[in-house]
Amino acid sequence: MELYVSEFSKYVIALLITLYTYECFAVFRYDEEEQRNGIYTRQNLLMFALHFSCFLVICFETGDITYLFFYAFQQIVLYAVIVLYRMLYPGSNRLVVNNMCMLLAIGFCILTRLDMNKAIKQFIIASGSLVIALVIPFFIHKFKFLKKLKWVYVLVGIAALSVVMILGQTTYGSKLSYSIAGITFQPSEFVKILFVFYVASALYESSGFFEVFTTAVAAGAHVIVLVISKDLGSALIFFIVYVLMVFVATKNYFYLLAGILGGSGAAYIAYRVFTHVQVRVQAWRDPWSVIDSAGYQITQSLFAISSGGWFGLGLCKGTPEAIPFVEADFIFSAIAEEFGILFAVCLILICVSCFIMFMNISVRLNDKFYQLTAFGLGVTYIFQVFLTIGGGTKFIPLTGVTLPFISYGGSSVLTTLVMFAVIEGLYMIRLDEKEQMRLARVEKAKKKKKRSAPKRRLQRISEAAWEENEGTDTEYPAGDMIEDEE
Amino acid sequence: MKTKNKKITKKNREIMLITWMFTLLFLGLAGYITYYSVTHQQELMSNSYNGRQQILIAKNTRGRILAADGSVLAQTILDSEGNEKREYPYQNLFSHVVGYATNGRMGVEAQANYYLIHSNAPLSQKAALDVSGEKYPGDDVYTTLDVNLQEVASKALGVYQGAVVVTEPDTGKVLAMVSKPDFNPEQIADIWDDLIQDDESSILLNRASQGLYPPGSTFKIVMALEYIRENPDTYQNYHYTCNGSITREESRIQCYHGSVHGAVDFQRSFAKSCNTSFANIGLSLNRDEFGKTLNALLFNEKLPVAFQSNISRVEVSDETIDSDMMQVSIGQGTTSITPLLLNMITCAIANQGILMKPYLIDYVQNSAENKVKTFEPDRYGKLMEENEAEALKGLMIDVVEEGTASKLKGLSYTAAGKTGSAEYGTVKGESHAWFTGFAPAEDPEVCVTVIIEGAGAGGDYAVPIAKRIFDAYFGT
Repeated sequence: MELYVSEFSKYVIALLITLYTYECFAVFRYDEEEQRNGIYTRQNLLMFALHFSCFLVICFETGDITYLFFYAFQQIVLYAVIVLYRMLYPGSNRLVVNNMCMLLAIGFCILTRLDMNKAIKQFIIASGSLVIALVIPFFIHKFKFLKKLKWVYVLVGIAALSVVMILGQTTYGSKLSYSIAGITFQPSEFVKILFVFYVASALYESSGFFEVFTTAVAAGAHVIVLVISKDLGSALIFFIVYVLMVFVATKNYFYLLAGILGGSGAAYIAYRVFTHVQVRVQAWRDPWSVIDSAGYQITQSLFAISSGGWFGLGLCKGTPEAIPFVEADFIFSAIAEEFGILFAVCLILICVSCFIMFMNISVRLNDKFYQLTAFGLGVTYIFQVFLTIGGGTKFIPLTGVTLPFISYGGSSVLTTLVMFAVIEGLYMIRLDEKEQMRLARVEKAKKKKKRSAPKRRLQRISEAAWEENEGTDTEYPAGDMIEDEE
Repeated sequence: MKTKNKKITKKNREIMLITWMFTLLFLGLAGYITYYSVTHQQELMSNSYNGRQQILIAKNTRGRILAADGSVLAQTILDSEGNEKREYPYQNLFSHVVGYATNGRMGVEAQANYYLIHSNAPLSQKAALDVSGEKYPGDDVYTTLDVNLQEVASKALGVYQGAVVVTEPDTGKVLAMVSKPDFNPEQIADIWDDLIQDDESSILLNRASQGLYPPGSTFKIVMALEYIRENPDTYQNYHYTCNGSITREESRIQCYHGSVHGAVDFQRSFAKSCNTSFANIGLSLNRDEFGKTLNALLFNEKLPVAFQSNISRVEVSDETIDSDMMQVSIGQGTTSITPLLLNMITCAIANQGILMKPYLIDYVQNSAENKVKTFEPDRYGKLMEENEAEALKGLMIDVVEEGTASKLKGLSYTAAGKTGSAEYGTVKGESHAWFTGFAPAEDPEVCVTVIIEGAGAGGDYAVPIAKRIFDAYFGT
């Protein structure tokens, strides 16, 4: 019986995630949130079915029915999140909420299987963070002074990182965290968000050479502090996010090129100067020759990824715990082993769909501060995903960052939840902008009606001339941006 | 609506660019992960650092290895105390080719380890075994090996050290692969210390695919190929007068056992294996082109086979001096070849120039006799043109009809081949006996390569062994 359940469920789980992933991209066929409602509901059903199947397998495999209670708690919390977002923020983007819950659910499943205590801890932190995150869209939406706080962001950010550099606990060669009242924080996670806000607030009004230069100094300070703390993964994230945000703000390809060249140069210097960078690169190029030492983690990870096949070995059937720190840095490999390559690829695609939705929101925002913020957070998210999955699969050298929502780690979960909540806030700002434009247009139409006929003709001619010029202009009057959508 | 989207994307071209960039990057990443995991599955599973292997071994009984006709070559049984024991019913007979699975792994046991430790038994059977608390049966590996040919080859070699390779030229199936001295794989744990201390006879080496020998006169096949290639219209006009020796740069080449062949043409030089004439041919060759031909014949590279093999070596280039070239021409000097590669070249001649990759594993099936995986004959490519293969075949027929392999003459089948007596070591006159050839010459079905260490002339010692194998194959 147990055998039939675990064999059968492998295919069911693979099917559920494939359908879910399909729906993730199907939403982009529609422009309006209302048209997507059917998809979102289907996604919720698929998600609950998948979550339940996973826990059913865990119960069968371990013979311990108490896992179902843990599942029930998770299900209640995730369901509450979905319902609360809809109630509190009727205009929220449901794809972002769904993906958030789906990724959390996958994380809970694999963590429960790997280490029950860590899973419970993660669940408690995630639940608390979800509550905190619930108020964030409101703040983002209502507090318009956020764009004025650039000095606060940069000073708090550098201060938090510096404290770790000086006082932090060294974990496996890197200073990542410090403890207050028994709770361990990893500030580089939170500072990522502050940093995005900082760059957005510094560049939204004007992005001339002076602004780029001052932000470069600030970004450099962040990166240097992180490099000294040997947190290379985070340093890389800050750097890439900065370069891409400057590129989008200035629309200047020179900065992109300079950033890439500068980054390559810095990477080369880091490689020559720091032995731990050399060790990482060596372990990436040929982990087999150092399989006993630096290559151990990555080779164990490759064993895991290659052992699952398309549909995986089944939950609890593999041995992902052979990989050191599997629950943080290598959770993707554990998923590939037990859920299979098909599932792993779907997981990647779900992350990409989150990113595309962020970019979609960013593109439609008229206010440059919010646009840059959405863009910066999207890049932070997706680049981190890239570093952790690419690093664990020998695609790129290992940097040791977490897979957002799925890896074990309180700071990581809280930060990512806040990030997604900020995006929800920005999404509502975009809805406001749209509403204002609609009102503006109604006003305009009313005025037009009042005008006399000859005047109207004149108006039309001038409008036509305006249309012609549009192609070359970069700035539009607000009213022209959004046309009839309804 | 469309125009609106266009406007938005136009205005935010940079964001769109970054979006596309990351999307493509992730598609690449997903593609890479899929490709890597699928192509490296078996290799990584057999890595000794991979603990998953131990889990599978604990869960599944190691599968059986069988001959083509279903005879069991290796199986795991439970002894009276309920302990697992790997049994090899033919004892020493398949020691190298089937190999062993304790104290490391070798042969098919190593090559097919992935299949042997996995179980694709039907779910119902697995469920029943779960209830009774037994292990699942591992998948069975069917080889291409023929027990009868293996027995004949092994007996024919007798107490000599050496190797025999028997293959099908049109499929690449390995029918027999013998290496002597052999050992009993059931006793591997007990005799292990003796085996690895004994570097003299290197018993564990599979001489058939890993042994490196001077090719001696069998290398004249390669020489003849290059000469035909460089002189396609005139090679048959070749003439030479053999005085028993040839000297260049104070280096002297003699014919075997001081023979003097007198006036010879191309065909007779080959049939009589005239060293002086071939040294003369070798000196006339374009050494750069010859070097390329050698590489195309799979010298100096890993052979395209899934089982363990060594790299055969011969270096010829513009810089090769005359005295070295003369040594190469008669397959001596630093030239070395595995019996397997010589067999592959012979197979290509028998198969219109096309080499089929030699393979040992035919298919894998589960306990319910459903095939899990089938290995089809796989074409490596063209080693030589069809007319070149035909010309070489003609030369090799003449070796049997009027040359050094006359012991194969006048049988119910027509054989073709080339003998060799490769001198080795410092003592003059000691030589390995070689034969490589195929039959029937009109439509080759089987290809045999024999080496006997230190026996003497190929025509006297290796040819009779080949004859017994051909006889067994054709049932005469």
